[in-house]
Amino acid sequence: MSSHATTYVSFLEAEKGFKSWLTTLDHKRIGLMYMATSMIFFMIGGIFATLVRLELMFPGQTIMSAGTYNKFFTYHGAIMIFMFIIPIIPAALGNFFLPIMIGAKDVAFPRLNLASYYIFIAGASFAVLALMLKGADTGWTFYTPYSIRSGTSVVLVALGVFIMGFSGILTGLNFMTTVHKLRAPGMTFHRMPLFVWAIYATAIIQVLATPVIGITTLLLIMERVLGIGFFDPALGGDPVLFQHFFWFYSHPAVYIMILPAMGIISEVIPVFSRKHIFGYHAIAYSSLAIAFISFVVWGHHMFVSSQSDLANMLFSFLTMFVAVPTAIKVFNWTATMYKGSISLKTPMLYALSFLFMFTIGGLTGLFLAALSVDVHLHDTYFVVAHFHYVMMGGTVMGLLAGLHYWWPKMFGKMYPEIAGKISWALIFIGFNLTFLTQFFVGYLGMPRRYYDYPVQYTSWNIASTIGSWFLFAGFLLMLIYFVKSLFFGKRVAEAANPWGGKTLEWQIPSPPPMHNFAETPHVTGRPYEYGVAKL
Amino acid sequence: MTHGEVTAGTTHVVPHHFDSPEQAFEASKLGIWLFLVTEILLFGGLFVVYIIFRALYPEMFHEASHHLNKVLGGINTVVLICSSLTMALAVDRTRQNDSPKANQYMLMTLFFAACFMIIKYVEYSHKFHEGLLPGANFTFEAIQHPKTPLFFSLYFMMTGLHGIHVLAGMGLITWVLWRSNKGQFSSAYYTPVELVGIYWHLVDLIWIYLFPLLYLIG
Ligand SMILES: [Cu+2]
Repeated sequence: MSSHATTYVSFLEAEKGFKSWLTTLDHKRIGLMYMATSMIFFMIGGIFATLVRLELMFPGQTIMSAGTYNKFFTYHGAIMIFMFIIPIIPAALGNFFLPIMIGAKDVAFPRLNLASYYIFIAGASFAVLALMLKGADTGWTFYTPYSIRSGTSVVLVALGVFIMGFSGILTGLNFMTTVHKLRAPGMTFHRMPLFVWAIYATAIIQVLATPVIGITTLLLIMERVLGIGFFDPALGGDPVLFQHFFWFYSHPAVYIMILPAMGIISEVIPVFSRKHIFGYHAIAYSSLAIAFISFVVWGHHMFVSSQSDLANMLFSFLTMFVAVPTAIKVFNWTATMYKGSISLKTPMLYALSFLFMFTIGGLTGLFLAALSVDVHLHDTYFVVAHFHYVMMGGTVMGLLAGLHYWWPKMFGKMYPEIAGKISWALIFIGFNLTFLTQFFVGYLGMPRRYYDYPVQYTSWNIASTIGSWFLFAGFLLMLIYFVKSLFFGKRVAEAANPWGGKTLEWQIPSPPPMHNFAETPHVTGRPYEYGVAKL
Repeated sequence: MTHGEVTAGTTHVVPHHFDSPEQAFEASKLGIWLFLVTEILLFGGLFVVYIIFRALYPEMFHEASHHLNKVLGGINTVVLICSSLTMALAVDRTRQNDSPKANQYMLMTLFFAACFMIIKYVEYSHKFHEGLLPGANFTFEAIQHPKTPLFFSLYFMMTGLHGIHVLAGMGLITWVLWRSNKGQFSSAYYTPVELVGIYWHLVDLIWIYLFPLLYLIG
């Protein structure tokens, strides 16, 4: 295997056969394996979501019993959170692009990287096994004491979450080490692409927060197996303590989900505006600021669960702070587009949708951070709408922007632009129809999680369910054209850089060769130098 | 990995994505330190539970602590500290190209670790016998405070999780001992010994906190 040969072999063709994938140590292949796995879970979670929406279309029983409904919304939440949205950007796209973007040949610990993947698969298998046995009906939050008494397979799901968390820790540790020790000569921290900054901030949270969900799920398992009683009031424990533990991880986890998407937006917007990013340092450090603040706001999930007034006020106040670095990012992205020559290709359409919908998600987050308002809105559909605007309107839009942006890079094949735009339109309309309505119905008082609701909420729910069909159609179309493009797509030229990207991944052939760079690159400039005459 | 550079004196090949053995070593060190941070956070959850329940029921902790065996706990503390010393010496000997001596020190470390587990086993079986069991299984009647089972839940969770780490450490030490015995380490390459050593010291350190917090508060 000579890395100096003139004719290049891409990482996709360097080794053949199924086994060469399963045993690969190449970060690009591991990234793609993560992507395929998480996307399958996204489909499964999406089907459950569609079914849940269908059930909620009319009051009373529509297509399933109340017990089935409880299980289905738990499956939807648990699958989407732990098996899709947490791993999809860092472990899939991050794995693929982080080493290339800093001029490295691989992550610091390739074997550990592969191990993380299999640990993830093992954890996911436990969770799936649980769903096939007795399922789980606790929601993805596993609140005690219900989760201690529930007759479903809570132990297996919790074990799955524990193991998948371990996989996330190892990935984060790998990425942090890679960023610190494997940057190419000249690649200083302040020359790193913003996607790398975002993945780095995410890795910090993964390393520092995930162990806490580890011990939480472990204690929950022990609660059921041995009856240790920490969270069980019948044995002298405190169920609210569980909520503290759970949210100490799960609030920062929200930023494990959103920060990488923000990183993608920081890549896509300058490239499709042909402008240098505005406020590079502000965007870079705001990622770290968000990571830091994320650790001190968890109590905003517990305003009505017997927390002291003082704690409530402090958590409410601190939560408002998250808006500052977030707004810094949004303003800088907007300023980047100012007077740029914007090209509305599919990745940019998704990036713009991100700006639009994430801003709605972020601002409604401020409503919920305000104590008095939250008491009214707590556990209503307003909250459901809020976090779907952040998670789907934010993270998934960022993911789709990145997926389309890097598709030709990863596979050397172009996706069809027109189909891409149609699919984008379906998703954009469908998403807003599904979730904008939920803000209203939540404000009117419809509680979340319930199987049934009073008739006066029916019309809002019908609209929301119809929206979910648009979403379903949009994603189905996307699945078809992505798969089709893999086999029949237009091959982009070897040295192709279809969008004129300036970051390192666009300076090597598409798809990248086995070890990324024939020679270690020497970096001399910043990543987004548009309008600068060189390179 | 066909085109890494071979370091002098060993069969170890520097992985292709590193430019130098130093870079590889530095990366591994950073990696293990980050891993230790996650371990501390994992135990951190249990320490938080400890702080909360102790603050709520101080007199119960005081009383329950008397039912732990201070002598055996103390012996175990000494045993673990000794094992840390021998592990540190093993790393040092490897670095000085003295593998035979390093192997002896690792064997001694394994011996101390095994002593720790055996003493732990004696303690545990005694607790089982008396019914000093976690939470719902608690049957001991000489302590009146109704929250006492919580203390023993904590005792078993903390020492149990720590015990699992000791077992994992024993497995890792056996692994590096096996490799060292095959002559794979020298002053040019001893990363695994160093990393396992660092991990072992953390396992020791956690016990140094567990011992006074559980045994000596009575
Ligand atoms: Cu939160």
